[in-house]
Amino acid sequence: MPRSASPVSASPVSAGAAPGPQMPAVQHLVVRYAKRGKMRFASHRDVARAFERGVRRAELPIAYSAGFTPHPKISYAGGAPTGVASEAEYLSLALTARQAETQVCQRLDAALPDGIDVIDVIEGTTGSGSPFGHLEASEWEVVLPGVEPLAAEVAVAQFLDRDEALVERLTDKGVRRLDARAAVVRMSVSEPGQVPADPDGGQRAAVTGHQVCAILRMVVLHTAPAVRPEDIVTALREQGGLAVPLPPVTTRLAQGSQALLAGSEAEPYL
Amino acid sequence: MPVESVYPALEPLLPRVRKPIQYVGGEVGSVVKDWDSADVRWALCYPDAYEVGLPNQGIQILYEVLNERDGVLAERTYTVWPDLEALMREHRVPQFTVDAHRPVGEFDVLGLSFATEMAYTNLLTVLDLAGIPLFSAERAEHHPLVIAGGHAAFNPEPVADFLDAVVLGDGEQAVLAITGVIREWKAAGQPGGRDGLLLRLAPIVYVPRFYDVSYRADGQIAAVTPNRPGVPPTVSKHTVMDLDAWPYPKAPVVPVAETVHERYSVEIFRGCTRGCRFCQAGMITRPVRERSISTIGSMVAGGLKASGFDEVGLLSLSSADHSEINEIAVDLADCYEGSNVGLSLPSTRVDAFNVTLADELSRNGRRSGLTFAPEGGSERMRKVINKMVTEDDLIRTVTTAYASGWRQVKLYFMCGLPTETDEDVLAIAKLAKRVIAVGRETTGRRDIRCTVSIGGFVPKPQTPFQWAAQFPPEVVDARLKALSGALRADRAYGKSIGFRYHDGQPGMIEGLMSRGDRRVSRVILAAWRDGGRFDGWSEHFSFERWQECARQALADEPVDLAWYTTRERGYSEVLPWDHLDAGIDRDWLWQDWQDSIAPEGAGEVEDCRWSPCYECGVCSAMGTEIQVGPTGERLDGRRLLPVVGGR
Repeated sequence: MPRSASPVSASPVSAGAAPGPQMPAVQHLVVRYAKRGKMRFASHRDVARAFERGVRRAELPIAYSAGFTPHPKISYAGGAPTGVASEAEYLSLALTARQAETQVCQRLDAALPDGIDVIDVIEGTTGSGSPFGHLEASEWEVVLPGVEPLAAEVAVAQFLDRDEALVERLTDKGVRRLDARAAVVRMSVSEPGQVPADPDGGQRAAVTGHQVCAILRMVVLHTAPAVRPEDIVTALREQGGLAVPLPPVTTRLAQGSQALLAGSEAEPYL
Repeated sequence: MPVESVYPALEPLLPRVRKPIQYVGGEVGSVVKDWDSADVRWALCYPDAYEVGLPNQGIQILYEVLNERDGVLAERTYTVWPDLEALMREHRVPQFTVDAHRPVGEFDVLGLSFATEMAYTNLLTVLDLAGIPLFSAERAEHHPLVIAGGHAAFNPEPVADFLDAVVLGDGEQAVLAITGVIREWKAAGQPGGRDGLLLRLAPIVYVPRFYDVSYRADGQIAAVTPNRPGVPPTVSKHTVMDLDAWPYPKAPVVPVAETVHERYSVEIFRGCTRGCRFCQAGMITRPVRERSISTIGSMVAGGLKASGFDEVGLLSLSSADHSEINEIAVDLADCYEGSNVGLSLPSTRVDAFNVTLADELSRNGRRSGLTFAPEGGSERMRKVINKMVTEDDLIRTVTTAYASGWRQVKLYFMCGLPTETDEDVLAIAKLAKRVIAVGRETTGRRDIRCTVSIGGFVPKPQTPFQWAAQFPPEVVDARLKALSGALRADRAYGKSIGFRYHDGQPGMIEGLMSRGDRRVSRVILAAWRDGGRFDGWSEHFSFERWQECARQALADEPVDLAWYTTRERGYSEVLPWDHLDAGIDRDWLWQDWQDSIAPEGAGEVEDCRWSPCYECGVCSAMGTEIQVGPTGERLDGRRLLPVVGGR
């Protein structure tokens, strides 16, 4: 925080809102959304703030928690890391009046910044347990600019042959040691021709269109602590000797149950 | 020809920096216009980090005012953190706007808003990364005009050599007037080149290069004189006279990144005539001009809808002074009851009525903390600064606050005010203990708190204290240490009293840049070349660097750091900003300064809103007048608050 610049300091008297009784939730909706292009640099908290404002701009009858500082009732499935794009993020909204899913989809998408895009909305369950069912694994695409596909294939084959691949990642809480191999269900190098163009012409499109690059596809289990695609790239670099000259461009393509994502006919949740 | 976006070059750098979201734009409310649709293009810069710069009200207002016009385009740019700066230099990525990632060097104007002098090194970072020569004199035809505004621009002399022009006062009409001049000059085939454009602008803005400054042997300024015909000897500030006609921001830019203020802010009035002698804002923004309750109501409704914010800030220099604040508070609280929208009133005035307003705005919400600013610890000190609050007023106010359920009271003070002694500062400890005592007595509880927040006073240009000697950091720090000891000494109170302070060293450098002249530009340049960045942030500020740079850069001059800061000025000394007219009569300011330090006790100045005009000179010099209600209009309310205590 900057120090106060002028001798006249001002601060809010109070920002209290009437707690009162809040309206009960009558409908739970599960929203699938994408984090694309420039918005891949948004953090979980940035995305959450955008949605809190988005539901108000869209004038959705969002339910609020009780208490002195009421919060809109939105719960999030584990988000893609900062810097990683996604076509398959999930959240759940609690509403105080029933709404048509298609209406919510349209209005919410229009109220959000471009790049945080609502893809689909379905009625969720109101009971206990996760509103998202079994999000056990994700399918990722990792574009490695400046990497020859053949070199990547060698490193990937070596990686898949290993029993474990210990890597370290620096987090806010210090250095974390993870086994990157244990979380990987499958991984391959795909042909550039198979990659659909990036909708907003971001770096992924530039890279896949104009440069030598290797494109990895992988299905990774949601473990605790989480193994991220960047950890797997670290293992390819450090243990497979793969030279990665530029930052990877990563996109989550799907989330779902392990069985669905591991099968050849991968059918993601929602 | 449209300019190319630098985003393809920037994007690969973003995974390598902290909080990359601040550099990508794409916010709700941001505007990207076709480059060729505009003939005048502004890059608006708040020269600090995005998280501080984005909520800045001035930039938000001008961004909308300019973009609403056909043929005009405005984009925003902020100072990048040192991690990205290093990568941009390595990869030759120029300073960019966050809206369309266009290079700042391609715009017609780079407009910078300075709320504080501590951002001057950031100005140099922005210019340098933009590929714009640091010195105005070295710029060519194709470089943007570098124009500064904001409160610090009322003495722009320390950065005058880096600026092409300076706007004094309100920006809404000024930016449109400047836009008009640039458009005509371009249409006429750019007659006279860069100087030709600046000459056309000289009647409405201050063009430093058209004024020569000469110095006497003792280091004082001999004279500031125009160096070509057609340039006015003094430059006056701009004053917007009908705030209802300028209801901005209507749809503010809503950040995706986290920023220091996350709310929709509406200015309920501009200007202040309370007459606090330390307060530059109160002196340079006169007269008071209120926005009507109806316009405030429609701005709040529209702003919330457009932004999705859940908090509204009712801004001004002393919000409880609006002639219809009672109606505004009640009606807005009624309108938004049960909607989970929070209302806040930044407030500094010690007045029981303020508590009533805060109660209303918080209705049944949690009453956590209330803030008051007595500024001076002793009654004598408060008379010197013309902040007429008796200790009994203060005690009555905090008693009301604790009685209405507020658990914490924050008190703001300054240290190092003119004529201050150790006793004046130690009086703060006595006051804080009395506050806790009455709080415990009123509520019968032990969990009430009082936080004392205090910083060093920096004398500012265009105020009665512009002649005052600033106390050196050693004195300020010693007094703060003594105060801290006195607050902690009494175990019965120690744990209930919080103490927050800013140490004195940054204030010394702020003082150098606040009251400096053109020679100080050498110090700023040296500090920047030595790595000075983000000097308003304690983790980046280095007092040693600034001391050393001041010593070296001023070695051949008869002046030094102390000369600019701890030296009292006399009546006849030419001050660096004497040719820049904020409207207040210089002799009136001098008399007010003399009144404040009179040996028999300081004289009081009333507020001209509810006492006869005392001829400070603003309205006659600027052709303005006080604009206050009441209008008698209501938003949706039916009742009024009981007025407790004297207003």
